[in-house]
Amino acid sequence: MPSETRIVLENVGRIDPESLEQATSAGAYTALRKVIEEGIPPERVVEEVDRSGLRGRGGAGFPTGKKWSLLAPGDEKYLICNADEGEPGTFKDRLIMEGDPHRLIEGMILAGYAIGAEKGYIYIRGEYTEPIERMERAILAAREAGLLGEGILGSSISFDIEVKRGAGSYVCGEETAMIESIEGKRGYPRLKPPYPGSAGLWGKPTVVNNVETLANVPPIVNRGAAWFRSFGTESSPGTKIFPIFGAVNEPKAVEAEMGTRLSDLIELAGGIRDGSRFKAALIGGAAGAFLGPDGLEIGLDFEGPAERGGVLGSGAILVIDDGSSIPEILHGILRFFKHESCGQCAPCRAGTARTVELSRRILTGVGRESDLDLILELAETMEATSFCPLGQSVILPVRSALTLFPDEFLSCLKEPHAIAYD
Amino acid sequence: MADLSGILAKYPRSAECLLDILHEIQDAEPGNYLSEGALTAVAEHVRIPLSRVLSTASFYSMFSLKPRGRHIIRVCESPPCLLAGGERLIAYLKEKLGVEVGGTSEDGSFTLETTACLGACSGAPAVMIDEKVHEGVTEERLGRIIDELRGKDAI
Repeated sequence: MPSETRIVLENVGRIDPESLEQATSAGAYTALRKVIEEGIPPERVVEEVDRSGLRGRGGAGFPTGKKWSLLAPGDEKYLICNADEGEPGTFKDRLIMEGDPHRLIEGMILAGYAIGAEKGYIYIRGEYTEPIERMERAILAAREAGLLGEGILGSSISFDIEVKRGAGSYVCGEETAMIESIEGKRGYPRLKPPYPGSAGLWGKPTVVNNVETLANVPPIVNRGAAWFRSFGTESSPGTKIFPIFGAVNEPKAVEAEMGTRLSDLIELAGGIRDGSRFKAALIGGAAGAFLGPDGLEIGLDFEGPAERGGVLGSGAILVIDDGSSIPEILHGILRFFKHESCGQCAPCRAGTARTVELSRRILTGVGRESDLDLILELAETMEATSFCPLGQSVILPVRSALTLFPDEFLSCLKEPHAIAYD
Repeated sequence: MADLSGILAKYPRSAECLLDILHEIQDAEPGNYLSEGALTAVAEHVRIPLSRVLSTASFYSMFSLKPRGRHIIRVCESPPCLLAGGERLIAYLKEKLGVEVGGTSEDGSFTLETTACLGACSGAPAVMIDEKVHEGVTEERLGRIIDELRGKDAI
């Protein structure tokens, strides 16, 4: 029987998240105290995180230690915690913020110390009213206890955190769009380079890290890189939170070692829904790819899905049974991208609209077989020419759906299909 | 009408807080929207052109430049929720409120909207009503919530 391995979520559900006292007795802020008491210099924190092999949990998997060490020098630097969590099917960061907010605050203090930033922002999506309120109260409690602000716990470390509320925009999860949004502008992604590490918020060197990434920092500082590497795989150490939902008996988020097989993860969510048969899983949200039954034995780390042309992405797993239509699910995904395209670049603005039109044509039986080639070609063009990862990602669900389930699309062409929701 | 000067006085004269200001003004406005007058006052307060305030306000889906109902009902339209019956909820609400998506009920009580994933997929289908996310929603429960809110507003 597969089992969960809890590092990031170890205290979630075990402590009252509104109580700093309970968080502290469960181990919160011990890594921070260790850094202060042992006088560990910032570069040693960066080094430890680098050696741990921690990679960005937002989806891209960029090595965290490397991101920190690439930061340009400067008097004023910023840390931004990306809590925009807009990837459909993803609710892992919400669990951390709601269940153990002090874990995230400690991770941010340590990251800020490591990179030399005294100001951090948590950008939380506007719909997340409960996480916003909980984080704000936790920050207040930490500040009152001397854990945030000037001279933390009597040391020379200064760091404070401000919550920024988003207002409904998926593209703001892209780091440069998020920076624009914090500056009070439309969430248009910026041209890179320069990367945020050299010119980010207000033009200053800035690190943007995901909630789950930062929540891994305190245990790494506490227990060391070698301990962290004892979990997961060589290229993807540690654990990952996988939200698992759809056709499973117990939809929930599961924290398991990187590289855990898809079939084992489904078991951890109570198995395939009784009476149903597994057809596919969509891994990584809308900007993810479908895996068919032969994908059940794939180990989910940053490499596993990539070998099949997919991505780990946010780790979200939508389990699809044989009662659901892949062309319809794909249609929902394409509508989502059309809605969320920011409109700044033409390939994505026009491309997302055209993919929806093509998909609608295919579904309603007025399409031609050549439309299937056309939608693929269009998504490939968007991958090659879009300005940011939003337009570049549309190819992932499109290609995997067409490759794995060509017959479903062909039968839509023959038999007009009523789209349940459009 | 929201107390604009009271809200603005709490914020520094910098664009950094623009989203926060717009949220607070919209929340305080019974019509759940940002009026031209409000946007003009914001522009003056943070000392940026009105065009830039409008550019920001019009970008984000949670902001509205047109009056809406006292309550906003947002049904999640991401695949997990649709597969779990979200589309039935939308059909039900359209009928119950007598509106299309984006419309406001005749009595001005409710605006029906859809939203991208609310991060409540383990409790699909999810619906956000004002500031609260409801999970495992059924038509019956929606009907109850709507009637309760109507009742409260009538008092």
